[in-house]
Amino acid sequence: MNWRAVQAIYLFEMARTWRTLLQSIVSPVVSTSLYFVVFGAAIGSRITEVDGVSYGTFIVPGLVMLSVLTQSIANASFGIYFPKFVGTIYELLSAPVSYFEIVLGYVGAAATKSIVLGLIILATAALFVPLHIMHPWWMLTFLVLTAVTFSLFGFIIGIWADGFEKLQMIPMLVVTPLTFLGGSFYSVNMLPSGWRTITLLNPVVYLISGFRWSFYEIADVSVSLSIGMTLGFLVVCMGLVWWIFKTGYRLKN
Amino acid sequence: MLAPPSIISVANLSKTYGSGFKALNGVNLDIIRGEIFALLGPNGAGKTTLISIICGIANLSEGRVTVNGHDINKDYRAARSLIGLVPQELHTDAFESVWATVSFSRGLFGKPKNPAHIEKVLKDLSLWDKKDAKIVTLSGGMKRRVMIAKALSHEPQILFLDEPTAGVDVELRKGMWEVVRALQASGVTIILTTHYIEEAEEMADRIGVINKGEIILVEDKAGLMQKLGKKHLKLYLQTKVEAIPEALAAYNLELSEDGRAITYHYDTKGDRTGITSLLSELRNAGIRISDLDTTQSSLEDIFVSLVRAS
Repeated sequence: MNWRAVQAIYLFEMARTWRTLLQSIVSPVVSTSLYFVVFGAAIGSRITEVDGVSYGTFIVPGLVMLSVLTQSIANASFGIYFPKFVGTIYELLSAPVSYFEIVLGYVGAAATKSIVLGLIILATAALFVPLHIMHPWWMLTFLVLTAVTFSLFGFIIGIWADGFEKLQMIPMLVVTPLTFLGGSFYSVNMLPSGWRTITLLNPVVYLISGFRWSFYEIADVSVSLSIGMTLGFLVVCMGLVWWIFKTGYRLKN
Repeated sequence: MLAPPSIISVANLSKTYGSGFKALNGVNLDIIRGEIFALLGPNGAGKTTLISIICGIANLSEGRVTVNGHDINKDYRAARSLIGLVPQELHTDAFESVWATVSFSRGLFGKPKNPAHIEKVLKDLSLWDKKDAKIVTLSGGMKRRVMIAKALSHEPQILFLDEPTAGVDVELRKGMWEVVRALQASGVTIILTTHYIEEAEEMADRIGVINKGEIILVEDKAGLMQKLGKKHLKLYLQTKVEAIPEALAAYNLELSEDGRAITYHYDTKGDRTGITSLLSELRNAGIRISDLDTTQSSLEDIFVSLVRAS
């Protein structure tokens, strides 16, 4: 195991975060605060409680997840796409590093960033609404699992993309709609039964449901199902990454 | 036990790209430990593909490559940690500092931190005063040297230089040659591709010529020049002549446009160059010579004729 290489990649990626601090941390925090103002304070004040929790409080886990999902994908996809784009990937491919070490460095850094970001957003939320977390360890588990899974997913997108347009396409056309329709701002139980069935095909529903359960013990689906689905998606992403490196897809041809 | 003479061994190597283009076709090549090997070939001949495969950037289609006895696929860690690569294109992390990017390379190759070594590399490449500068602010020649510094950061035994002096001015090029020679003196094996034949002529111990994905020749530089080199004897005449006399038709002669010089082309291989008889025939024909000089065909001439013939 070439730990020094993992460390070098990890620190290199983290240095990029500090260099682009405004873009990496500040802008998600600002946009999340806007959500709180609009949905929590302005519109939320006209909505009565959802499942026994005030609306402003109800949306906190969903908003954190929204940021963690999009930021994990953005960080990891850009992290690996950029060396491909500028050509510095040559060094990574010619170095004595295994694929596992490369993924550990890039995905580790991307996940670290989005976990830190999720915690910052949580702290920001605490300024707007009263927060109480019933299962903090589960909350962290869901946070870490989601960050890692979607960083892996972002890594795959970054390798697949051969232009900046493609890099944006999946997050914009797939991930954002799935997140918005995944119960960030409402309980799935609020939907008519037909729509509810369709919604259950959306993997993000399980993430947000499980994460919200760790806060308020209210969930759209059972917690074990949430964890199962998250782990399932993690395994799918790991499988894809393994295939990418095994075949050299978009890297070595 | 003595180490085997060849440090890189390429056997039957072929590469076919996804598009169906066959970039390499059954390449066999051995690089001798400690030598400077120049790989020459026209654009698209397969030079960069060959290097990319040895270094792990591209997959091979057929064949086998070993580096110091380590198979580049099965034992990639051992193989790659011996190699430093300076690719042709200037791929750099624009917003990193010189120091950070060179240190990053060392870490990537699994070597413990060694600021003294990085400092030495940067000083050797005259980059020391730029160590804190962002790469984006550097000139093209400096970026090229940053890439060499990255390749040397992990103390490789083999250094690949793919077109190292493309777009580098003459003075810098000479400086780079000095660095390369010092590396060779310290025991590093160097493989370079170049467009500048003078570079190969100046630097290389052996020369390989690749064309259309096949190695068409590997030779000792001196041997190659001798084997394929032609010599030219230029005779300056005291008086102008209109045409070469009939009696001299058997010689391979060329009259200059102003009629004041005759050039004789001859092979250095032959035991008899024919110079003595040419000179006496000239005297018999009444042509008097005021001066003479001889030149040898350059590697460039040899190269062009080889590639045309293949």
